[in-house]
Amino acid sequence: MIYQSLRFIIVMHNSEIMEITVLPGKNRNGGTENFRQITIRPGDTISIVGPTGSGKSAFINDIEMFAHEDTVTKRTVLVNGKMPPEEFIRDPSKKPIAMITQNTKCLADLTVESFLDMHIKSRKLSDPFVIEKTISLANEFTGEKIRKEARMTSLSGGQTRSLMVADAIVVSDTPVILLDEIENAGIFKEKVIECLKTHNKALLFVTHDPLVSLLSERRIVMKNGAVSDIISPGDSEKEALSEVLRMDSAMSLLRERIRCGELIKSIPVL
Amino acid sequence: MKLLIIAGPPSAGKTAVVRQIISRFNPVSRCAYLKIDVVRAFEDKELYDEFKIPTKKIYSGDVCPDHVGILVMKDAVNWAEDNNADILIVESAGLCLRCSPYTTQSLGIAVLSAISGTNSPLKMSAMLALSDLAVVTRVDLVSQAEKEVFRERIKEVGRDLDIVETNALCGTGLRYLFRAIENQPEIEDLDKVVLRGNPPLGVCTVCVGKKEIGWENHFGVIRKLDSGDFFFRGD
Repeated sequence: MIYQSLRFIIVMHNSEIMEITVLPGKNRNGGTENFRQITIRPGDTISIVGPTGSGKSAFINDIEMFAHEDTVTKRTVLVNGKMPPEEFIRDPSKKPIAMITQNTKCLADLTVESFLDMHIKSRKLSDPFVIEKTISLANEFTGEKIRKEARMTSLSGGQTRSLMVADAIVVSDTPVILLDEIENAGIFKEKVIECLKTHNKALLFVTHDPLVSLLSERRIVMKNGAVSDIISPGDSEKEALSEVLRMDSAMSLLRERIRCGELIKSIPVL
Repeated sequence: MKLLIIAGPPSAGKTAVVRQIISRFNPVSRCAYLKIDVVRAFEDKELYDEFKIPTKKIYSGDVCPDHVGILVMKDAVNWAEDNNADILIVESAGLCLRCSPYTTQSLGIAVLSAISGTNSPLKMSAMLALSDLAVVTRVDLVSQAEKEVFRERIKEVGRDLDIVETNALCGTGLRYLFRAIENQPEIEDLDKVVLRGNPPLGVCTVCVGKKEIGWENHFGVIRKLDSGDFFFRGD
């Protein structure tokens, strides 16, 4: 009996694991994009790179709303090879995607606690500790602690972003997370990525950050509103990655010293 | 002919939604447009210049625009039909938010902006609750969590309300609005079209331009600060 119900749980869980397929749209001159299809599965890490205005945010927006040739890019996004059911798009409690936008300001005039409470309601969760869990996870990503009585509108850019990432992990808890320029707003990005990687989720980073880019398994290169290339470096960037890791931790150390008000006369060689 | 009645607070993005509707349906289904506003409006000219469809505007001046809307609706339907329109779009001014301009035999669309504050759906509950469909604009400016919180607030006003989230300038997500318009039946019997809700009545001397403060200086339906009841003062 127990064995049977266990099997049932596993099957239920598997049915949530999905494959998302992006089909090509058009670039700004009306030409077809340079790929046949992009498939995204749980556990994938993908970065989307390219100059500002090249269509990076539009790419993840298409995924967020399951574009059906009805966005400026004319892309189509499928789930498990099919048109997704309408509830995936319209019912927040069924939506398999969470997106952290570039917005570092929250306009909802509510306290952190009542904001999370309303989001929990919309996601139809019943765990009574979700609010505490979300705030304490958010506080691991940001230097200044977030209090649950604080108003959302009074949070700093970094605090808002940290709370939104924690919210995506704990409250939304979706198989796919889209992150738009996580490196901005001064949060601990390594901690965020480390934490995200422990939850078998598909992660898509829109980024200008070399480390975030190299930490991803695949890189989608954007140009003129369209995908111009998809790179799967495999092990070929291994050396560069370890060098960038070293440089990045040196920069982080320096950043923290400056934040603490130190006078920087020399930088230790790592 | 189909009748669409669009309401929502000023600057919520009503006209942006109208533009998307016209781009999608005109000229296969010919659109006509009526704007009812209080002091100034420019949309009739803008939409005519852009789409060359029959447009019209009326100013309600000192009278509530939704009251005027009710009074002219029948004429408006006849005007649009004389112009061979397949869809008449009536856009209200959307001022006090206590009114709800939707009639029977029409598709009532409430437009509200995602950045207008978490309590705004509750403040405009009359306008939302009697609509068929709520279009939330400017969702590109808020985070996903905020969007979902806003949606939850709308659900507090109308559990079964159909909600469409959009960046109305680009038209993203409007596929569900378009589907609702496609499925909307035509006006069947104009003589049977009535207002869905009860409009508020404000019949007092303030309505006709007396400016003194204090209820003592007025006649008609008035109230005091402490007693919640309205009463009639005068003959």
